[in-house]
Amino acid sequence: MKEQKSVVQKIADDAARATPDNVARQVRGLSDKAIAWIFISPTVILLLAINIFPLIWTVFLSFTNYKANRASRGYEFIGLRNYERILNDSDIWHTLQVTAHFLCWTMVLQTLLGFGLAWLINRHFRGHGFWTTVILLPMMLSPAVVGNFWTFLYQPQIGLFNYAVAFITGADPSSFQMIGDVNLAPWAIVIVDTWMWTPYVMLICLAGLRSIPDYIYEAAEVDRASKWRQFWSITLPMVLPFLMLAILFRGIENFKMFDLVVELTSGGPGSVTELASINLKREAFEKWRTGYSSAFAVILFVTVFGAANIYVKALNAVKRR
Amino acid sequence: MKKLLSLLILSTAISFGGASGKAQAEELTLCWAAWDPANALVELSKDFTAESGIDMKFEFVPWPNFADRMLNELNSGGKLCDLIIGDSQWIGGGAENGHYIKLNDFFDAEGISMDDFAPATVYAYSTWPKGTPNYWALPAMGDANGWFYRKDWFSKPELQAEFKEKYGRDLAPPKTQLELKDIAEFFQEREMDGKKVYGAAIFTERGSEGITMGATGALYAWDFAYDDPPGSYQMEGVVNSDNAVEALEFYKELYQCCTPPGYTDSYMQESLDAFKSGQVAMAMNWFAFFPGLYKDPQVGGDKIGFFVNPGQKVEASTLGGQGISVVSYSEKQEQSLQYIKWFAQPEVQKKWWSLGGYSCHNAVLNDPGFADTAPFAADFLNAMGGVRDFWQEPVYAELLLAMQKRLHDYIVADQGTAKEALDKLIEDWTEVFQDEGKL
Repeated sequence: MKEQKSVVQKIADDAARATPDNVARQVRGLSDKAIAWIFISPTVILLLAINIFPLIWTVFLSFTNYKANRASRGYEFIGLRNYERILNDSDIWHTLQVTAHFLCWTMVLQTLLGFGLAWLINRHFRGHGFWTTVILLPMMLSPAVVGNFWTFLYQPQIGLFNYAVAFITGADPSSFQMIGDVNLAPWAIVIVDTWMWTPYVMLICLAGLRSIPDYIYEAAEVDRASKWRQFWSITLPMVLPFLMLAILFRGIENFKMFDLVVELTSGGPGSVTELASINLKREAFEKWRTGYSSAFAVILFVTVFGAANIYVKALNAVKRR
Repeated sequence: MKKLLSLLILSTAISFGGASGKAQAEELTLCWAAWDPANALVELSKDFTAESGIDMKFEFVPWPNFADRMLNELNSGGKLCDLIIGDSQWIGGGAENGHYIKLNDFFDAEGISMDDFAPATVYAYSTWPKGTPNYWALPAMGDANGWFYRKDWFSKPELQAEFKEKYGRDLAPPKTQLELKDIAEFFQEREMDGKKVYGAAIFTERGSEGITMGATGALYAWDFAYDDPPGSYQMEGVVNSDNAVEALEFYKELYQCCTPPGYTDSYMQESLDAFKSGQVAMAMNWFAFFPGLYKDPQVGGDKIGFFVNPGQKVEASTLGGQGISVVSYSEKQEQSLQYIKWFAQPEVQKKWWSLGGYSCHNAVLNDPGFADTAPFAADFLNAMGGVRDFWQEPVYAELLLAMQKRLHDYIVADQGTAKEALDKLIEDWTEVFQDEGKL
């Protein structure tokens, strides 16, 4: 330990000697707090430049009729008109409904399947390491790649998915279209997202399950608690904070889901899979309604931020229990 | 050792000299969509490099991303492109937003006359405001939406007889939209060479412009107009006229009755794939692809035939094609203009057509032998005589996306009626024009 300290001391001495005199003179008079600020200021400046300023700028633009592709025309302040239009726009409400459907079902399915898989993997059966790796593969792929190859899987004439369903149900494979049918398309995107991200939920749940000390279960065994009782009274409460964290991460991610769905359906057929983020992208970078899309972005931001805050409070309450 | 050192110095000097020589060579970047004619342009431009010593570099973007990518580039004042072959609908935005340089003075100085180009192409690809002698592009690539069909299937005697018995006329390229639907229905789910085939591949794409370009083929045939009188932005009773409703209902019926399964988001490539894989009897696509299709070893040659978009109330086709413009942010405008001057020459235009590009020059189109130069040449001339284009307003993207949504909602997602879709479209477009101060 002493030897290690002397090495550190030596490095500090070398650094002090290497500091130019004029710099050393300036730094010598600074307080610890000032030096701390000097160290963190690059990060703070970067954060302000790429996070805070764009956010403020977006809020500012949301009160204007600015169009980025016609910047030379300037802009006018139009007050709350963009917000009023958005909140009265039935198409916007439709995209929010689509987003809610996607969000709710992916959360439910991924939570159930992710927890179930984690519970199975945690039983340390033979080859569980291999199966863990296999299960994790989908989340290692790029969403664009996943979207693309699922469009082939869903292809009514050659798609494996259709053939698999046809094999089980006896229906004609080309008698249904997962991404072309108004009723099936919303489920098609839910299935793909669930396939891709259930392993992520599983991974977090697995961490939760492995963090439960064995002696708790041993004590429960001594008390002759049934497996069901152990699950409800030990496993679930102790994994719940992890599970809630996974839901939070997936919820935020899926609220802004874009790439996977664009590759799969482009928001179609019609607009039945047009999520809020796809609509936002179209308004901002295809229609170039910068002011309007800024207002929509602000609304979405406030929604996610508010919901996430409430959720985090609930999560903390669960952890304190 | 000394010798080795001298060799090293010499080789370094040569490589640096070479590099600096290369850096000094003039180079122009031309941006366009990635498709068959772009390859022909690469070939053609070798002559320009040989003549001028200016190297040509190309930036080709696939069609579904072309507008997104290039309009972002222009809107951000990017210098990637010196020359751009931009879509016809961009001309208003290109002119008003200062992306393109105006070419009138250059044309006057170089003796390039717009009278030497087909009037429809000058109107569509070059002028803004529409129809005025203010030129922002040189017509570069004439194009329209046309059709091609399996000539070998159409000529089968047993099918000929069956069709005649059912419809009372010969199985031949359709003269009207309704005839087209009859033929598509006739082939739908028919066994051909041991394989189930389908009637027609049509455009249904949602993301960019596909379904609009496809459905307007039917709408124009029913004499669709955007406003009446033109330029008034008065759309009520025009965009949602009885004819327009009928045309839209027809396109939906064609989609529902006669396309392959899963054909819900299909554009140029999907149409080509469906035809080349022997899945469909007929397909719509841009004339630009016809030279490549004719050369296709599987379905080209004697097996393929071409026809112009059938009329119904009137003869009309959806306009494609582009003009070539000089980007105002380019630092090589002089050399870019030099390229346009070279490209406008009749001899170069003739070679352009021979390589697979669609020239708009009268020297090519008015040549008495032009119609015989390719099996689709006569149809191309016919189509270009009756082309109609989408709005070319600076806000065309907003107008287009609104139409994409309303049409896809009605045709593919089967929501609402044709009248409701067109009524909503008028609402969308009215809002856009009100924002623009044009209403």
